[in-house]
This record gives sequence, C-alpha cells and structure tokens, in this order.
Amino acid sequence: MLDITDLTVRYGKLTALDEVTISVAEGEAVFVVGPNGAGKSTLLKTLAGLLRPAAGQVAFQGRPINGGAPERLCRGGLALVPEGRHIFRTLTVQENLAVGMMIRRDKAAAKADLDRVMDLFPILRDRFGGIAGNLSGGEQQQLAIARALLQRPRLLMIDEPSLGLAPLVIDQVYASLKALNADGLTLLVVEQSTARVLDLATRVHVLRGGRVVLSDTAAALATGDAMEEAYFGYAGQADA
Amino acid sequence: MRNFLQVMIDAVALGSLLALVALAIGLVFGVMRLINFAQGDYITIGAYALVVPTASLTPALLIGALPVALMVAGIMLVVVLLALATERAAFRPLRDSDPATLLISSFAVSYFLQHLVMLIHTGRPKSVGIGQALTTPIDIMGLRVPGIQVVTMAVTAALLIALVLFLKRTPLGIQMRAAAENFQMARLLGVPANRVIAVAFVISGVLGAVVSLLLVVQTGTLSIRMGLMPVIFAFFATVIGGMGSLAGAALGGFLVGVASVLLQSYLPEGLRPFRDAFVFGLVIVILLVRPKGLIVIGAARERV
Ligand SMILES: Nc1ncnc2c1ncn2[C@@H]1O[C@H](COP(=O)(O)OP(=O)(O)OP(=O)(O)O)[C@@H](O)[C@H]1O
Ligand SMILES: [Mg+2]
Repeated sequence: MLDITDLTVRYGKLTALDEVTISVAEGEAVFVVGPNGAGKSTLLKTLAGLLRPAAGQVAFQGRPINGGAPERLCRGGLALVPEGRHIFRTLTVQENLAVGMMIRRDKAAAKADLDRVMDLFPILRDRFGGIAGNLSGGEQQQLAIARALLQRPRLLMIDEPSLGLAPLVIDQVYASLKALNADGLTLLVVEQSTARVLDLATRVHVLRGGRVVLSDTAAALATGDAMEEAYFGYAGQADA
Repeated sequence: MRNFLQVMIDAVALGSLLALVALAIGLVFGVMRLINFAQGDYITIGAYALVVPTASLTPALLIGALPVALMVAGIMLVVVLLALATERAAFRPLRDSDPATLLISSFAVSYFLQHLVMLIHTGRPKSVGIGQALTTPIDIMGLRVPGIQVVTMAVTAALLIALVLFLKRTPLGIQMRAAAENFQMARLLGVPANRVIAVAFVISGVLGAVVSLLLVVQTGTLSIRMGLMPVIFAFFATVIGGMGSLAGAALGGFLVGVASVLLQSYLPEGLRPFRDAFVFGLVIVILLVRPKGLIVIGAARERV
C-alpha cells in the first residue's frame, strides 16, 4: 500500500533521513521506533506532504506521491495525526471534527462515521459544543485521532500517540488503535518508547540517526533483545 | 456631560474604523503570518478609484459618479482585485518564507503602490465631494452627531456581525479559523492553502474598500498617505489585541481609536501635537503588562 524507497530528507545541511526504505502492506500496523532526533517525525511529515524529500521515492497505492501538497494527499487517503496532536484549540470539538470531515463527499456516510467515532470516544460526545483547548491531554489525543478517522483514511499515520499521556490513558488509546486495526485500518505509528509497540505492531522498524537499523516482524522481535540493542545502538548495529 | 458624550461618539466612530483595518490585517496575518502594510495602500487606491486618474487637483468623479450601491460595489471590486493581485504577485511566491521576508515584501508592495498613485495623481492632496449629505449633523437626543459617524458605527457593526457569522457558521469560515490557528494542520485535513489565503485577501479588500469610502466622506480629501495612519494604528491594535486573535484585533482597534480621540480631547493643549506618541506609549505599556497581547490563543504559533 505504501512503499518508501531510499528516502532522504534534509534540513539545510543536516540529513534527517538517510536512504530510508520501509513498506506498509494493507491491514498492517507498522511501527517506527527510535530515540529523540532519530527522524521519526520527519518521516511522517514527509509522507504527509509537509516536507519535500531530497531524494528517493514514495508510492501510495502504486502511485508516486513525492512532493504532493498535504491537502491533496489527504484526499487520496493518507491521514496524519502529528506529534503534539495539534487540535484547533480555539475551535469547539464539533468544529474540529467538522474540519476533519471537510474532504468527505458522502455527507450521509460522514455523519454515520461521526456517530461511530463518538461511540469509540464517548468523551467527544459529552464535550461536543465545548472549546477543544479545554480538553485534557488524553481527550485531545482522542479528538485528534477521531478527526483523522473522519477523513476515512486508507492509511492512518500517528506520531507518538502516547506522548505526554498517563499509562491508563495510553492503554485506552492503544485499545482503540487495536480495534481500528482489527477493523481493517492500516496503521503507520511512530513511537519513542518501545514499551507498548509489540502489543499492536505487525512489523517494526528501528530508526537511529536517520537510518533504519533494524526491520523485522513483531513476532520475531518478541523474543530476544534485538529491538533494544538496535534502539540503543549497541555494537554491530550502527551501520546495519 | 454633553461634551463628553460627543467626544465618546467621536471615539467610538474612530475605534470602529480602526477595528475594521485591524481585522483585515489580523485575518491575513492569521493565515499566512504576513503583516500586510500594503493594506494602507489598498485603502488609498480604493479612495482614488472614485475619481478620474489625472494630475488635476479637483478631478472629475469616476466610480464616485455612480449611484451609491454601484459605487460601493465598484470600489469593493477594485480593492478586492488589487488585494488578490498583490497576493498572487508578491506574497504567494514567498509563502514559505519567514515572517521577516514577508514583512519586507509588504513594504515593497506598499511603496510600489504609493508611487504608482503618485505617478498618476501627483503627490498633492485632492478634494473630492462624495456623500456630503452625510457630513451634516443629525440630532440624536440633543446631541449633534455628523451622519457619517452614525454610518461608520452602523457599517462597522454590520460588518463585524457578518464576519462573525461567516467565521462561526459557515464551513469556509470554520476552515479559515482553523487555518488561522494552525495552518499546516488545516492543510493536513484538506483545507486548501490557496483558497483560504485568497479568501483572507478578499475580505481584507472588502474591509479596505469600506474604510476608503468612510474616510473620503469624512475628510473630503484624497491623499497618497491617507491609508498610512490607519494601518499603523491598526498594526499596533493587532499587536495589543494579541497577534493571531481576530477578536483581539477588533478589540485592539477599538481601544486604540478610543484612546487617541480621548487623548486628543483631554490632553493639555500644549501636549496635543504629541498625541500619537502618547498612543504608542500606551501600546508599549500594555505590551509590558501583557506581552502576548490582550487576548492570547493557546499554542497558536506552534506549528506541526
Ligand atoms: N525544522 C527543522 N529544522 C532543522 N532541523 C530539524 C527540523 N526539524 C527537525 N530537525 C532535526 O532533524 C532531526 C530529526 O528530527 P525529528 O523531529 O524527525 O526527530 P524525531 O525522531 O521525531 O524526534 P522526537 O522523538 O524527539 O520527536 C533532528 O536532529 C532535528 O534536530
Ligand atoms: Mg518527533
């Protein structure tokens, strides 16, 4: 569904992503983990059209999408929940969700989806008319995910869904992601911590210093310390 | 007491006018972090479009000769097209640049437009008689108020209400507010960058045209710097209101206008020529107390 080949992204002289190759198949839940500054957010921003790659290809559903504008890419079925959530704080919950639905042409189906996401995240129904900036961190994360779901994406990308959330809330967010994935939604999730990754992932890539240093299936990584070793860059992994 | 009420009416009328200019600046700033100093030249050119382009100091009317409704529509059209043209030619290519580059570009556009007007109309002020009937005072509960002030307040109120309804009730308005708060996030959700920015410029053009007409009726003169003071005042207004907050811009414009009229009326005679210095001093004091302006929106400038 998504094929990233030799993707290189630079900020001026700094190479944030260096020939990254990752693919995501339909129905998968692919995780990219790595420490601060590894280039995880850069990867998702580039895929969503916010950054232009210096080299490499990205194909989504067989079509090249390099350098497309974000407002076009999201119409093609790519949704990004960026790091730090970025809900519209001065808008109401309802208005945030309305912006999420703006690309939908099937208004009746969109309305039904609105009911579905509010069943998934009941807090949004309770706070529907309230200002989004007054929601707690976990509630904002739910709003951000709900807003992205209303785009009815084929691929949902989430940058650090657990960032700044209490463990109990992270459990909730992961449970809903798991339910969505079980329903057939393809996920590409970025996390800094490896803690919960194996609960949900089908495949994991470890990113360090802009390079993919380990790629494997979650099943293979469940035993042994390969993921931790790659993450912390122990001997032999650095130029894998 | 009666005198005070007269002064307050002046103050509210000027405050309303500046609120309109501040809103125009605030709206464009919201969607593209551009402080558009050319807004002043939109106002100037809107006013000059009333008359035939000649060097004459008492030019014949052009758009100003049309019946009122057509005249208003005509000036709006001119200013909206001008605003869109500057967006397309000067600001769109620089959209991803930093705010400083955009600001400098807006200075360049402003000088260009100012000199264009000077080239055609010369730099000397012209007199123009439009809507003179509005300058005769009307009697409101014993107060003699020039009709134009009543019109200014009514028009501002109507435009503010229309703008609020647009921003709160229509899908496009909600998208504009979303884009003003977080442009990249809005784009990620499908809000087209070009469209929101164009709409912001259209609205700033409409507001600019209205200000042109109100100023011309009030003063009866055209001058190439007529848009400058309102825009500087409105710029300070958006700063004290809180850059990025439209409610703040309107409030700031209102306060700056009211403050400048009150200072004009109640400062000791000898200090009045320095009124603007006092207004700007007040702005600095407000910023010292509330560095982010009167109305702060959360993480408005944090980007994706
Ligand atoms: N706008 C920018 N300009 C210049 N350098 C940047 C910019 N954004 C990120 N970088 C640099 O690129 C590298 C990768 O950053 P990125 O945000 O992708 O990391 P990350 O893996 O998401 O980290 P974190 O876990 O802290 O979110 C870092 O070295 C960072 O300093
Ligand atoms: Mg990041």
